[in-house]
Amino acid sequence: MTITGIAAIGAGLAAIGAGLGIGKIGGSAMEAMARQPEMHGKIQSSALILAAFVEAVALFGVVVAFLQG
Amino acid sequence: MTLNTFKSTIFSVLFLTTSFVGFASENSDPTEDKEFNAKEMILHHVKDAHEFHLWDWNGTPVSLSLPIILWTDNGLTTFSSSKFHHDDSGKVIVEENGGKFVKLHEKIYQLDNNANAVEFDTEHHPTNASMPTDISITRNVFMMWVSAVLLLIIFLSTAKVYKKSENKVPTGIAGFIEPLIMFVRDEIAKPMIGDHKYKRYMPYLLTIFFFIWINNIFGLIPILNGANLSGNIAFTCTLAVFTFIITTISGNKNYWKHIFWMPGVPVPMKIFLMPIEIIGMFVKPISLMIRLFANITAGHVIILALMSLIFVFKSVAIAPVSVAFSLFITVIEIIVTAIQAYIFTILSALYFGMATEEEHH
Amino acid sequence: MDLITPGFGLVFWTAITFIFLLLILKKFAWKPILGAVSDREEGIKKALASAENARKEMENLHADNERILKEARAEREALLKEARDIKVKMIEDAKGEAQAQANSIIEQAQSAIESEKKAAMAELKSHVANLSIEIAEKVVRAELSNKDKQIELVESMLGEAKLN
Repeated sequence: MTITGIAAIGAGLAAIGAGLGIGKIGGSAMEAMARQPEMHGKIQSSALILAAFVEAVALFGVVVAFLQG
Repeated sequence: MTLNTFKSTIFSVLFLTTSFVGFASENSDPTEDKEFNAKEMILHHVKDAHEFHLWDWNGTPVSLSLPIILWTDNGLTTFSSSKFHHDDSGKVIVEENGGKFVKLHEKIYQLDNNANAVEFDTEHHPTNASMPTDISITRNVFMMWVSAVLLLIIFLSTAKVYKKSENKVPTGIAGFIEPLIMFVRDEIAKPMIGDHKYKRYMPYLLTIFFFIWINNIFGLIPILNGANLSGNIAFTCTLAVFTFIITTISGNKNYWKHIFWMPGVPVPMKIFLMPIEIIGMFVKPISLMIRLFANITAGHVIILALMSLIFVFKSVAIAPVSVAFSLFITVIEIIVTAIQAYIFTILSALYFGMATEEEHH
Repeated sequence: MDLITPGFGLVFWTAITFIFLLLILKKFAWKPILGAVSDREEGIKKALASAENARKEMENLHADNERILKEARAEREALLKEARDIKVKMIEDAKGEAQAQANSIIEQAQSAIESEKKAAMAELKSHVANLSIEIAEKVVRAELSNKDKQIELVESMLGEAKLN
């Protein structure tokens, strides 16, 4: 296996973690919105920001993969 | 304005512009029947270029030649990229202003004085050439100027609407633009920075929001050949540096106190937190840079990879699947164009808000 | 690696373009647009506030009117009552006075009548006495001038006395 292949696996692993994290954020945001529909806008924007923070982790993985690729 | 109206505006604009997906063929020389290399093709599209390749016509590329501007030992050297005759492998040597230049993988190299051809080492790096400072008008710079002109046209004509109308009623283009500006003001600046201080940062936030957004959109328009400006790390790096500079300049006493001597925690904890906070100060703009770059680049890579499946499998049968998938991803990317512009702007606003926050305990 | 190395050219042009765009848009677009929008918002706020003020003023005016009306009504009521009282009192007073006056007049009249009556009686008495005496004198003179007659008289008198 080449170094590129290993890098791709690493990027995939990072994506798993971020996927779990964003899924958790999305699920909780949905629940919160269902519970308090009047807070819809606020919950949505903070969920987006949090998702962006979590996503950054996966993107660091992607960037490391780019470094090797 | 709610996020829904915001989303529907994005959709209505962008479905018109991206209803077709296509890109120029990679292989500029059809007689050279080399193996299709998806990675090379994708990287070529994602990276910057010195000419604006539009399409191939009967085997000859139709492209817009852009000027090459170099800062060499002999001073400023400028010539047209058409002098390379679409060569990208370092074969064509252009002699200009007392220097010999070649283009290799969209990079301009200056040959050493006594060399007549590029020589490569085992890793395919040129051994007898150096890289002059390259400030050429590349594809991305060109598209950036197009987007800047477009932004100027849009917003100056919007401003004219307000100047003309006596009662400041938004009509025409202002009716479309005003909700977006109000969105940036009411959903981004006000909640993140605070009602009293947000005004100072509004011009920056508005400019950065629309600049990123329009360049994200341009990146998705296939006929522009994926001018991947906002997916270029130089672009996102520059904008992130601007955010970092503004955050650092507007940081008040409270901000620096939170970085160097965190209040409300015991002294060993303060010492422990100080390096973390200092690293965090730099990680914030770095994550801004990486986030925008990687999101947009990843979107382009996925669309291009799905399309190259057709050429990898060398079968038309796979085309419906890959077109359907890339259409799906394109639709997602349309949403991402706006979301990433929003995220970059809101995080910048958040950092400004942190820097200007007053002590409240 | 190539992909994540910022190229100097693009950084240079991005910085220049962005600063240029920021300055131009700030001066010629964001300032007028945000100014117009905030002007309009101020205007709306002011209009709403003035409408609210007008409403409050109207309410105050209304309340004032109501109060004034009430006061006027009360005053009128009081005036009327006073007038009525005065009237009643005046009538009463007049009545009393008149009564008293009448009484006194009546009393005076009565006493005058009484005294007049007494005087008249006294006069009458004296008159009658005088008359009686005169008559008696005349009668006596006439009677006494004629012997027969004297005797007749005496006899009639005696007869009368017998009858009695």
